[in-house]
Amino acid sequence: MTDEKNTEKPARKPRILDRKTQEARRRFLRSLGLAAGVVTASVVGFIPVLRGYNPRLRPPGALAEDEFLASCIKCGQCVQVCPVEAIFLADIMDGFGNGTPHIDARAQACDFSCDGLQCVLACPTGSLSHDTNYPHQVRIGFAELARPDLCLAMQGKGFKGRIRAGEAGFNGLFRYAELDRWNPLPITEQEFDREICDLCIVHCPIEIRRNQCEAGEPPAGDLNQCPPTRAIGLEPDPGGGMRPVIYEGCVGCGACEMACPVTPAAIVVDMTKNADTVKA
Amino acid sequence: MKSLGESFMQLLGRAPTKPGKDDIAPKAQEIHFYKRSQKLDMDEVRRLHDEKPDKNKWLKRRWATLLFVNLLFVVSYYFDIQLLEGALTASRFLGFHMADLNSALQVMLAFKTVLINLLIGTVTVFVLWFLVGGRSFCSWVCPYHLLSEWAERIHLWLAKKKLVKDIPFHRAIRSVFYVIFALLALATGYTVFEAISPTGIVSRAIIYGPSLALLWVLFLLLFEIFVSRRAWCRYVCPIGITYGVVGLLSPMRVTYVLEDCKHEGDCRKVCLVPHVLDVTIKGRATDTRVPIGADCTRCGMCVDVCPTNSLRYEFSWLEKLK
Repeated sequence: MTDEKNTEKPARKPRILDRKTQEARRRFLRSLGLAAGVVTASVVGFIPVLRGYNPRLRPPGALAEDEFLASCIKCGQCVQVCPVEAIFLADIMDGFGNGTPHIDARAQACDFSCDGLQCVLACPTGSLSHDTNYPHQVRIGFAELARPDLCLAMQGKGFKGRIRAGEAGFNGLFRYAELDRWNPLPITEQEFDREICDLCIVHCPIEIRRNQCEAGEPPAGDLNQCPPTRAIGLEPDPGGGMRPVIYEGCVGCGACEMACPVTPAAIVVDMTKNADTVKA
Repeated sequence: MKSLGESFMQLLGRAPTKPGKDDIAPKAQEIHFYKRSQKLDMDEVRRLHDEKPDKNKWLKRRWATLLFVNLLFVVSYYFDIQLLEGALTASRFLGFHMADLNSALQVMLAFKTVLINLLIGTVTVFVLWFLVGGRSFCSWVCPYHLLSEWAERIHLWLAKKKLVKDIPFHRAIRSVFYVIFALLALATGYTVFEAISPTGIVSRAIIYGPSLALLWVLFLLLFEIFVSRRAWCRYVCPIGITYGVVGLLSPMRVTYVLEDCKHEGDCRKVCLVPHVLDVTIKGRATDTRVPIGADCTRCGMCVDVCPTNSLRYEFSWLEKLK
């Protein structure tokens, strides 16, 4: 009996140990596999960011795109405070930008009807920089006359009726201060009759503020609200019509794009440009 | 202090260590000695469990709390009453800043700036979750936890029918993930983890409407149903470690009382982090009362399932007053 035990023991022991270490080894390799899988899944988010698949208009006061993506905590407080509900959160196709806020100007531009830049105040991380106090200090994007041939003013035409009234799914809001100081109204419900179409200028929040200031009635009685430079104006075009010209004071809010009565919009905020690329 | 180190190491992924004889208090040794002659009577265990007045007491309370908190965000936004604005990653409760600790950490690592509002929110949330138990965030608030619990039930049902088998990973992999995600944020300057965190994705989906990102969450749930039980919370999520650290010294915890325990092990079967309950294995408890470690999510499943009331919620500061 004792002999048997002695011969069996060394043979058995390694086998039992082996199974245990084998399982431990398998578990270790599996865990490495899990790590590789999850890290790959997370790093895939780099692709849309690096390639710039989804250029976005960020809310007013947004830091340079890289800093913005680094600092945004993706809580959506800016979404919640916007009175015209212009801000939406990006989805997973934006990669690392998943959950970050952006604006689709044609659907609903920022019209600064909150006056106080509520989204900036709401931002807990300063992604929307707290250094911004007034609409004219903002640089959301760069407006440009992308389709001059479609522009009514360029053709010397006027506009009569309602803007984009028949367009399915469009219910953009704009604050017409002379109609209602506090509540933004649906654009499609307003009647217009312009000899030469200047709806982009009529809807420009910067121009509106400048006009108010010139009339001696700055917004909220605060002279700081007065934009120092013009944003947009009509100038005679060599071709015969009037050309909407964008000036230094444009903040890229996209109100002109939203209010442009032709489809597709003649004037748009250029998605390929932003405050970072243009400065550089 | 020794138990604190043990608790921390378990949180990071080390297997619980068996206590040596010298580590066990004499009173506990007495009980262990007496219990050695006791046979486990499963009929008695079942009878005792059936006699409990409410077998889902804490489950009900917890699910109600979780749904309440998450719906409070929705109600606040929908009716614009500014009660609880934002999402779980960062919010304002009655105007006070709150920031999820892990999200805030990711942002600070990526942005490399400490923002004052974020710091205020972080401190508030730190104090709050320190008081209510650290990882209690996971089981009492995180909406993914609830989805994961439902997935777990499907997994267990399938496992009972021998259709699936739980494939475990090494728990230390979660600590590796923690370091990886911290380094990724630091190196890339993007909050990489936030983009794939199901906690943030589900929270935003509840408040701002469904997103394609939910497909990723669905994938995770399917993985948990068919491959590995509760895989995300157990092996991946860095949020769990962050709040686990907060809970290391938290007064709010589940406490194990050795005396009446039958050691039948039902608590370890229902637990998300069963290693913290190794103390309930016969002969393991170092004292007659042992607080459960930091990795415990204070979900109360063990409290509900325990037939002898040997696991119970305790607020240690109150215990000292008694």
